[in-house]
Amino acid sequence: MSELAAIVDRAATLFEDLHFSVAREWKAAAPGRKVIGYMPIYVPRELIHAAGMLPLGIVGGGDQLEVIHGDAYYQSYICRIPRSTVELGVSGRLDFVDGMLFPSICDVIRNLSGMWKLMYPNVYSRYFDLPQNYRDDIGGNYYARELAELRDALGALRGAPVTDEEIRRSIAVYNENRTLVRQLYDYRIAQPWQAPAAEVYLLMRAGLVLSVEQHSELLREYLAAVQSTERPRRDNCRVVLTGVFCEQPPLNLIKSLELAGCYVVDDDLLLVTRWLTADVPADGDPLQNLALAFLHHSESTAAKYEPSQKEKGQHLVRAVHRSKAEGVIFASPSFCDPALLDRPMLQHALSEAGIPYVSFKYAENSGQMQPIREQAGTFADSIKLWSGQ
Amino acid sequence: MSPATVRSKTADVEKDASMRKQKEMMAAHYDRLTSAPETGEKVCSTFVPGNINELIGCFDLVNNLPEVNAIQNGLRRTSGQYVLEAEKIGHSEDVCTYVKSDIGMLAKGNVAPNGKPFPNPDVLLLSYTGCFTFMKWFELLREQYKCETIMLHTPYMGDGKITPNMIEYMVKQLREEVIPKLERVSGVKFDIDRLRERLGRSAQAEEDLVHVLNSARRRPTPIDAYFGGIYYIGPIFGAFRGTEDAVEYYRFLRAEIDARVAAGAGPVTPEGDMAAEKYRLVVEGPPNYTNFRQFWKMFYDEGAVVVASSYTKVGGVYDLGFRHDPRRPLESLAEYCLGVYTNRSLPMRVDMLSDYIEEYGADGLLINSIKSCNSFSAGQLLMMREVEKRTGKPGAFIESDLVDPRYFSAANIKNRLESYFQMIEQRRAGERSAA
Ligand code: SF4
Ligand code: SF4
Repeated sequence: MSELAAIVDRAATLFEDLHFSVAREWKAAAPGRKVIGYMPIYVPRELIHAAGMLPLGIVGGGDQLEVIHGDAYYQSYICRIPRSTVELGVSGRLDFVDGMLFPSICDVIRNLSGMWKLMYPNVYSRYFDLPQNYRDDIGGNYYARELAELRDALGALRGAPVTDEEIRRSIAVYNENRTLVRQLYDYRIAQPWQAPAAEVYLLMRAGLVLSVEQHSELLREYLAAVQSTERPRRDNCRVVLTGVFCEQPPLNLIKSLELAGCYVVDDDLLLVTRWLTADVPADGDPLQNLALAFLHHSESTAAKYEPSQKEKGQHLVRAVHRSKAEGVIFASPSFCDPALLDRPMLQHALSEAGIPYVSFKYAENSGQMQPIREQAGTFADSIKLWSGQ
Repeated sequence: MSPATVRSKTADVEKDASMRKQKEMMAAHYDRLTSAPETGEKVCSTFVPGNINELIGCFDLVNNLPEVNAIQNGLRRTSGQYVLEAEKIGHSEDVCTYVKSDIGMLAKGNVAPNGKPFPNPDVLLLSYTGCFTFMKWFELLREQYKCETIMLHTPYMGDGKITPNMIEYMVKQLREEVIPKLERVSGVKFDIDRLRERLGRSAQAEEDLVHVLNSARRRPTPIDAYFGGIYYIGPIFGAFRGTEDAVEYYRFLRAEIDARVAAGAGPVTPEGDMAAEKYRLVVEGPPNYTNFRQFWKMFYDEGAVVVASSYTKVGGVYDLGFRHDPRRPLESLAEYCLGVYTNRSLPMRVDMLSDYIEEYGADGLLINSIKSCNSFSAGQLLMMREVEKRTGKPGAFIESDLVDPRYFSAANIKNRLESYFQMIEQRRAGERSAA
């Protein structure tokens, strides 16, 4: 097996392992270690890391998990991710997790935070609110105090306060990771045939279960290996994939897009891995720095309020231009209010900018890829036709 | 099953007074709204949960509540076509039907219940409390109206408590964002004494509303706290909290209910008084509005009355003690927004429903789960099991939608209700034989 294949294989193994063996091993490697789970879209992993704990990203069960108990917790008209997350919990797959964070993304995750409290009263769990006001002295102060509360809670969990110095060190470690993630995304923009979407996805998924140091190492190895490999270039069009920020599409869906003729050159998958779009200063007041980074240098997504009508959807237009994409694929989980309510506004912004798009829905356990492949294929053909004129 | 009710038409002066009053208030309000283009009054759209009506009133703005409009369209059976219209212009079949009813209404001429067109809002006050959909809803409206939009972010009570940080955040938003922007839109200078006056009136009305809601602890209950309750909360959840009109309405209502208590009367239904109370229920979740009468009839025909409900707490939880406080005007508005039912964590909701079952002597919890409302619905199955566990009383689960008639299946709901009532009977028989 080539070095590149071995790296991808390792990431694929991590992806398939719904018992989170690597996180269990990390925890067992030293006494007193703790693991803090978190849901999409963003939590300040730096604080968890600073407390000496492992942040573990949980994004449902995908298409490999048979949901046996989870359906008894949710009506049919609610998306899949909460029920498969409950399944992970009820089936004991998260029994090593010492705490859970539920960031502010939608009512479903919000309510799941309360369900977790009812179901696991002895596990630390917290709904983690994010500010919707972006003034430094209003949303910024509020958020810095929320961060301080989280820091105190993590300190209490480990039995010693988390110091500013520890957080600064963790910020630096995550800055390094952010740089590598950006490099990978930039590399894909430059040569998408070299870094297929499914591989990039698996690498980012690995960042949800590995320690940040291990993840950075993996990214470095991948970037080195892929650059020394020549891969065939197809006549694909270039697309931005959007709407996939919470419940994850099946890996096959991502693969199908490329098979259907679309290179994914940007996406909003696993946003936590690049939520902060610039490095966070590693000196000064670390909580203030994290708060300001959230306010002024973070991704736009449906869970965040956009204060300016003129700006609405422009992040997507910019993503298209930055990645030299020719179109946008909207894929959203069925029953996902944030993604589906946002969609028409984003589509209007694209139309005004003359950017073509196509839309469909999925569930994390969708099996049938044929219709999606056909739609994406037709879209790719139309783009080629259009750009050929 | 034969109807368990013997109905008599009581001529109740007080009751007529409150009903008449509410009707007049609503009609006058819609007239004020639709004539805003002629009178020059400015219009502020905002949501029911977390509406800061008293503040809006301080700027002489007329309050327009899109959820109330959606309800009106549900009751008038126009919401179905509006939902379809919204879907036709690109909205997903999966999302909140309140939003689609509103967007569809806009696409079809934005006609108010009085037959005249709604004016465009001058400001969208996005009081973001207890539901994420609100944010998208007003972003969608902003796209159409291109008017000033003010975000007031209410943090969620995830840990079951209000922290000083939450209050400070909200007060700062009120003081430095909401008030200056409302001043700019309205051209009226903020006067804190005006706000205090309004808050005082709110507290007075709230006191009377709580008296009315608490009356359902009696046997028989003089009110239905869900179907009837929806009428009782109308003025205080709608555009009137803080006004003299609301104070007067609740004074009338309180007197009317006290008179019913004195007469030993049960609740009023659309077909007259309900005589025999057979089942006392606590209900969680909003009702269905497209078939409201039919839905209600399924209850009173069986002698089932709702003694407490969570839906009548979405615009404010007053029965647990909160009152607007003129001495702490902005803090009090913040606490109000933080405390509304859908901003409460699931464990808090479970506590509240379990307590209701005990305090109101209910036979069990019925959940009406709304297909398109994640805020209410996600987690309700676990809530039902928790409440059953804590109270030992059986729960039941039905499903419908607020304003989308496609999701109201009368036969299914009726079947479920009948089985539930049988279950309650069996439970009672079991308890009797064990005693
Ligand atoms: S998929 Fe959408 S609706 Fe479901 S939990 Fe995620 S953000 Fe919420
Ligand atoms: S999701 Fe529910 S609470 Fe939110 S606006 Fe729709 S009906 Fe209201």
